[in-house]
Amino acid sequence: MRSTFPLFPQSASTYSGEVDRLFVSWSVISAFFTILIAGLILYFMARYRRRHPEEVGESERAAMWLEIGWSVIPLLIMLAMFAWGLRVFVNIYRPPADAVEYTAIGRQWMWKVQHPSGQREINTLHIPVGQPIKLTLSSEDVIHSFFIPAFRVKQDAVPGRYTSMWFSAIKPGVYHLFCAEYCGTEHSRMIGSVIAMEPRDYESWLAGGTAGKSMAASGADLFQSLACVTCHRAGASARLARGPALEGLYGNQEKLADGRTVIADDNYIRESILNPTAKIVAGWDPVMPTFQGQVSEEQLTQLIAYIRTLGPAGSAPAGGTGGPNAGATDAAGGQVDANTPQTAGPATPEKK
Amino acid sequence: MASSPIAETHPANTAHHHPSLQHQFDTLEQQKESSTLGMWIFLVTEIMFFGGLFLAYVVYRSTYPQAFAAASHTLNVLMGGINTAVLIGSSLTMALAIWAAQVNWRKGIVLFLLLTIALGSTFLVVKAFEYREKFEHHHVPGPNFEFDGPQPEHAEIYFSLYFIMTGLHATHMVIGIAILGVLAWFAYKGKYDSSYYNPLEVTGLYWHFVDIVWIFLFPLLYLLGAHLHGAAH
Amino acid sequence: MDTTAVARSPITTTPETAFERPNYLNAAYGMRSWLLTRDHKRIAILYLISVTVFFALGGLMAALVRLELLTPEGDMMQPDTYNRVFTMHGIVMVFFFLIPAIPAVLGNFLVPLMIGAKDLAMPRLNLASWYVYNIGGAFTLWAIAHGGVDTGWTFYTPFSTHYSNTYVISTALGVFINGFSSIFTGLNFIVTIHRMRAPGLSWFRLPLFIWSHYATSLVIILGTPVIAITLLLVAAEKLLHLGIFDPRVGGDPILFQHLFWFYSHPAVYIMILPAMGVISELVAAFARKKIFGYRFVAFASVGIAVLGFLVWGHHMFVAGQSAYAATIFSVLSMLVAVPSAIKVFNWTATLYEGSISYQTPMLYALGFIGLFTIGGLTGVMLATLGIDVHVHDTYFIVAHFHYVMVGGTIMAYLGGLHYWWPKISGRLYPGFLSKLSALLVFVGFNLTFFPQFILGYLGMPRRYWSYPPEFQVLNVLSTAGASILGVGYLLPLCYFIWSMRYGKRSGDNPWGAIGLEWDTTSPPPTENFYTLPVVTHGPYEYNREEVHNRMTEEVSLG
Repeated sequence: MRSTFPLFPQSASTYSGEVDRLFVSWSVISAFFTILIAGLILYFMARYRRRHPEEVGESERAAMWLEIGWSVIPLLIMLAMFAWGLRVFVNIYRPPADAVEYTAIGRQWMWKVQHPSGQREINTLHIPVGQPIKLTLSSEDVIHSFFIPAFRVKQDAVPGRYTSMWFSAIKPGVYHLFCAEYCGTEHSRMIGSVIAMEPRDYESWLAGGTAGKSMAASGADLFQSLACVTCHRAGASARLARGPALEGLYGNQEKLADGRTVIADDNYIRESILNPTAKIVAGWDPVMPTFQGQVSEEQLTQLIAYIRTLGPAGSAPAGGTGGPNAGATDAAGGQVDANTPQTAGPATPEKK
Repeated sequence: MASSPIAETHPANTAHHHPSLQHQFDTLEQQKESSTLGMWIFLVTEIMFFGGLFLAYVVYRSTYPQAFAAASHTLNVLMGGINTAVLIGSSLTMALAIWAAQVNWRKGIVLFLLLTIALGSTFLVVKAFEYREKFEHHHVPGPNFEFDGPQPEHAEIYFSLYFIMTGLHATHMVIGIAILGVLAWFAYKGKYDSSYYNPLEVTGLYWHFVDIVWIFLFPLLYLLGAHLHGAAH
Repeated sequence: MDTTAVARSPITTTPETAFERPNYLNAAYGMRSWLLTRDHKRIAILYLISVTVFFALGGLMAALVRLELLTPEGDMMQPDTYNRVFTMHGIVMVFFFLIPAIPAVLGNFLVPLMIGAKDLAMPRLNLASWYVYNIGGAFTLWAIAHGGVDTGWTFYTPFSTHYSNTYVISTALGVFINGFSSIFTGLNFIVTIHRMRAPGLSWFRLPLFIWSHYATSLVIILGTPVIAITLLLVAAEKLLHLGIFDPRVGGDPILFQHLFWFYSHPAVYIMILPAMGVISELVAAFARKKIFGYRFVAFASVGIAVLGFLVWGHHMFVAGQSAYAATIFSVLSMLVAVPSAIKVFNWTATLYEGSISYQTPMLYALGFIGLFTIGGLTGVMLATLGIDVHVHDTYFIVAHFHYVMVGGTIMAYLGGLHYWWPKISGRLYPGFLSKLSALLVFVGFNLTFFPQFILGYLGMPRRYWSYPPEFQVLNVLSTAGASILGVGYLLPLCYFIWSMRYGKRSGDNPWGAIGLEWDTTSPPPTENFYTLPVVTHGPYEYNREEVHNRMTEEVSLG
């Protein structure tokens, strides 16, 4: 399948072609200047070689136009390339609105991947071709880096926070997955495959797997079993709540007790679970215990996936899809909660 | 080492009268300018050194304001205040030692250097008592750390920075006291007078710098709690 | 002995009598006279020895790395061993070779000579810096002897502070201590250049070597303390179980990266700026022409030093910093390339209408310009955001910084050593062998590192002990190149040692070069000059009448 002696990598994502064009253009510019300099040096060496021992060079003929020319021209070229590079970067940085959320947790020395449907994999990631995928990354121990050369994309997985990347495969195939940030003994064995499949094949692969609950459904289970629900109440029993209701929280601004405001994103929710007193929502007492050590990185991502599906206060959890406050980031969650929380959410209390 | 045959022939060496003039310099003035400039540059490196620490402090202080305020509240402002006064006093005696050299009062140089050493040592003794208090309260980061305020793990970061910042400052004090001891000995031997007292000046620069570092550390570490607690209530 | 008569008639002595004159080498004998010396030239020799030992050690580690990578399976050593080997290669080469090499050896020897001073302003501090360097080195060697460190030279947290169970503390302390030797050297240079210049030597009559060392010293002064405190925090965190960089208690591992790169990016300029100074001297001397655009080249050094402090974030484009930060760091990184480009163009323009001699140092210098051009241009490619996301932490990076540091700094260091060797030792080295070494280094270098650009774009991550089989051909090429490179480095080591005893006497000025360092005897006397130099003109004015009669002195290395 792969060439035994490739000189250029496969190009398999929506933006890999653009990165290649940028790279090749830069390479041509670099080659031009290198050959220019080398050619001039070789020419001058031959033309102005010393012919007898007491010879000295001519007086310098200073030329301001030359100095300005070779300062400004490279600068302009670089600024143009910077602008192009920035455009490509913004594209790589900002996931499209219809991206589906996957998570990958790094640990020494493996990648634990979870699909929105709940399917889990180790060191392998199956994805449907043509579907933009937003991958949320974190790490259980040291810094890792999720690198898919064929997609021209890479993002560090940093312990204690979430980072994310997105990509969309354009052709089916098996592509390298590397850990690119040195992480210890088996760093070079922390490799695997990204398997891009036609959507139909992906569906049948999912069906054949042992998919448990969806991520949001597992999160809903946790929300009950960890007793989050006893304090974070909304609707009829909101009087009994000892913490803010989480409905409609995700993606919105929260006012804090010390006057600051924060955007309730993945990192904020994560911090609020692990270090509840770090940022207190205005109007509430710092009574929440920490869940540090009680929830794993994977459970955290499930809880967040669940919270993401919660709609505005007052409506049932299932009503989250496309709610007025849900914002663009909710689109991915919307796809998940279309089929899960209705059945999984309220049905779970007696599970544990 | 100064009397190689070549050195003899060097015209500049005719200026070799002062016993404290080193061979690479032509004049005492040049030597003085060089060592003073050298110390200023060294102090720039010191600013960058402590700057890295202050940056780490600022980052965490703004990330975890409550924990930092609570942890800061446990410090003994009285002891810190006394130490601030002691250090400012030691800067005064250091300056007086230089003044004594300028007016050729040799005994005065020794006297004021010893006073500076005494004040510096006082600072360290007070600091040692503060450290002991931290050990007793298990406020020293590590496996035995305990803190009964909010976010104890973030308070631990505060105490980590507290010990590193004050510890490095104290290390600078110890080095300064050692240098002052050497200077006091030379002054006792009569090496310094109004024609040559550059080592006193250069060491004075260092001593004042260490003092200034403390002037920054004191409000950042000790007074922060009072301010934030006032705001919270 | 009465040498006054000889001493009064400098310069005109023939090579045969050179060694009867007093010089810094025969001024005193015995271990003590070296280990307690305050002569900047002797300290430079001490540094030369220490630095060479560390270079050999780092080179050995590099050889092990390349051997392991001959095959895709990690079949020569265990992964833990490999990780330690590449880490020690990086630490030894960066902190104990590349950073001190040119300033502490060539700079130490030449700064006072080039500005007409008897010594550096602080000779005792200078000697202390050599001892501090060796103490730091001893800590690191101790760590190597006990099994080494496996964090990579970057010491990234939380791996280094909480997961690695190797000798992180002693290595970090070794680097910390070594930092003081850099600071002492940089401080000494700044004071010396400000206060010890000969009469008439104004700032714009300074050789560009001095300008670049001044700029380097600024970077050392401002950057080194930050790495010092950062590594001290790492050591303290590991030793005392603090949590400053530990995400489990709310510490921030990215803060470490900011602090680390705030020094370690400018550190690249600590390595390359002195090399640029060397190249300016070499090009001027062997083209016998004033450096084109002297002021531009001089200010470019200072510009690089200043801008170099504003670009550290380009090491963290994929580490999770904000897109705005990435944008700013990207554009600033492009700006820092402008002064580098100015230098390359000006060196090339200097050759125009020059009188170019193909002596060994010139071959190294021209090799430098070519390799540095490639290193610099790929650096700008890396600063381009869209590209860096793909090639970050791959062999593309490895190739890029080796082009700058090995193709740049080491080429310049070797070129400088060949140029000033007659000044240092009073001897010549074999011409054919030295030209062969320049050729081997150039060819071997390109064969080693050019394939790594391709490997990097293909996606081979750095610090891999084993790799997918399709990368093997390029890796084999790279290892083959490394063996040629190794021979290229061993040759100068052999013939320099040989020439100290058996080399032909060089005379005072074998190249017919101008510059204050050639206005005294070779090797120079302890206090450098017989009469205090008075400077009346710029450093590269080869067209003046009184310079002409010296030009016949150029020797053939044979």
